[in-house]
Amino acid sequence: MLTYILRRIVLIIPVLIGLSLLVFAIARLLPGDPIQLAAGPNASPAEIADLAREFGLDKPLPVQYWNYVTGLVTGDWGQSIFTRRAVAEDLKVYLPATLELVFTAMFLAILIGIPAGLTAAVYRNRWPDYMSRVVSLGAISMPRFFLGLLLQIGFAMWLGWLPLGGRFPLTEDPPAFVTGFLTIDSLISGDLRAFGITLQYLALPAFAMCLSPLATITRMMRASTIEILQQDYVLTERALGLSSRLILFKYVLRNAMSATLTVIGLYVGWLLGGTVLVETVFDWPGLGLYATKAIVTQDFMPVIGVTIVIGGIFIISNLIVDLLYGILNPKVRYE
Amino acid sequence: MALLEIRDLHLGMRSFEGEAHVLNGIHLTVERGEIWGIVGETGCGKSLTGLSISRLVSTPPGRYITGSISLEGRNLLTASEPEMQSLRGRRIGMIFQDPTTNLNPAFRVGEQIVDVALHAGGLDPSILGVGAKASRSERKKAARNLAIDMLAKVGIPKAGERIDDYPHQFSGGMRQRVLIAMALIGRPDLLIADEPTTALDVSVQAQILRLLYDLVQEHQLGVLLITHNLGVVAQICTHVAVMYAGNIIESGSVREVFKNPNHPYTTGLLASVPTAKMKRGELQGLPGSVPNLLAPPPGCRFAPRCAAVQPRCTAAIPPSVAVAAHHEVACVLAEPHASAAA
Repeated sequence: MLTYILRRIVLIIPVLIGLSLLVFAIARLLPGDPIQLAAGPNASPAEIADLAREFGLDKPLPVQYWNYVTGLVTGDWGQSIFTRRAVAEDLKVYLPATLELVFTAMFLAILIGIPAGLTAAVYRNRWPDYMSRVVSLGAISMPRFFLGLLLQIGFAMWLGWLPLGGRFPLTEDPPAFVTGFLTIDSLISGDLRAFGITLQYLALPAFAMCLSPLATITRMMRASTIEILQQDYVLTERALGLSSRLILFKYVLRNAMSATLTVIGLYVGWLLGGTVLVETVFDWPGLGLYATKAIVTQDFMPVIGVTIVIGGIFIISNLIVDLLYGILNPKVRYE
Repeated sequence: MALLEIRDLHLGMRSFEGEAHVLNGIHLTVERGEIWGIVGETGCGKSLTGLSISRLVSTPPGRYITGSISLEGRNLLTASEPEMQSLRGRRIGMIFQDPTTNLNPAFRVGEQIVDVALHAGGLDPSILGVGAKASRSERKKAARNLAIDMLAKVGIPKAGERIDDYPHQFSGGMRQRVLIAMALIGRPDLLIADEPTTALDVSVQAQILRLLYDLVQEHQLGVLLITHNLGVVAQICTHVAVMYAGNIIESGSVREVFKNPNHPYTTGLLASVPTAKMKRGELQGLPGSVPNLLAPPPGCRFAPRCAAVQPRCTAAIPPSVAVAAHHEVACVLAEPHASAAA
């Protein structure tokens, strides 16, 4: 088991190298010159050359790539041409913000989606099933940014229950930085007031983000539960008197989770890469906003950094899913 | 009082095309210690008869039109679902055809057997051999010990270790042994075995049948052995009921029915069993095929395929008549024998 995990982790390295090469190539080969943009329209050729030298952009591309990769390993992820801030430092701030949003959304989606899918399967073609189908179809059809706007109008403007946007009010003291997750940091420092505020700010964006994984998880869970309920072993379990509750929550659930788990793993990566719309609407200071700004200004160091981080998390979340398969299905357990 | 008594059971099955009359007046009485072979072609209703006894046919699409199923006088068709649940696994054990799909692949076999043992032990504490006030962990421990004993009894070597294996770590025959242990751990009075050996190798089949036979003898169970293998019936059954298109058309002791088959369908069925003595091309099949139960032929449902068909066959379903002691036949041709016997 342990060697399997180690082997999988080692295999991540070539994937990341490939990813960095690809992103680097795309970022550098695109038309347009980031130095020109950064230096401004009135910069003289000498100023532009200076700036290029400062960022090492005067060297041939292979050398630039080599310098970049060695920097990645040593923790120097390059520098933003515009803000002159180190990308690694920026990521330390923005990544936890996005992860907090994505994890909260996934947590909600799993917490609601799995029971909803089970219920729909058990009451197949009766009203709980119809309701879950209507809701999940609606949730998956509604664009996230539009839903975000509706939520803002409803809960922030009309009802005034929740803040319109942002992550934490400027007027309050944020909890001391430990993990970068405000929920966790506020609990670590024992500041329940900050924890409450954090949740208020999280509520709307997390809800807007959770709907599409929620709908998919519900649908997936419904389909696989219906399939499992028709298996021979469920008939045997019923025929030998096990209660329908025990059968559903113990024997069916574990089998039905496998397919849903795949979706969950994929969604974590997908949401990470797709936070930008929700982050823009709710003014959430996360990776999505950071990456968009960098892309617009062709500030390629942050773009590559963000891509590699998202790629890495995507790979890790799928590794976790693969390991969980082994728990759910002993046939694929790894030796 | 008979252990199991099925009287005039009619079951309809609704589909898009209409309601099929899949069980059309089943009569069957099973006493303790009797092993009844239920034989017939695919789709003749033998599995549905077994599932009906445990009330595992979904209604809808199924619908019980008339009739009764009694387990020691208690009508199962009117019993509530919790009542049925208390009978399943405790009074009625069931074994199904394919051992590879009837064990839950995600759980250790021990866990599955222990849950059945706990269910049965909850209804009758003497099964676990612990007092009614025993704590949950005591009951679990007793159930586990019982499960190990039971696995050893059905011939699983090193049962104490293998109880923690997953189903895929067992061979097909071993899995069927596990399922037999599960079905019998609640000390049922009636065992319904739905083609328990069909999916197994011939050599393993013999072992499993032998095991079933010994266990039945030891515990004096009443058994319904659903099969389409007449050889199996001849070897271990005491009685046989031949089904055709939702009817039992001939039933009685195995010796009587096999030696002296009265119904043309039984005769045809017995003639279609290959033997080593047969010459090439001598094996006979039954011409024609099973009728469409959505629109069954009038009268005797076998009439369209019957070589000895007469005009009165299509008038009404022929009633069962006793042609000898422990031998009943539902065929118009059987009537003269009955009067001769009387």
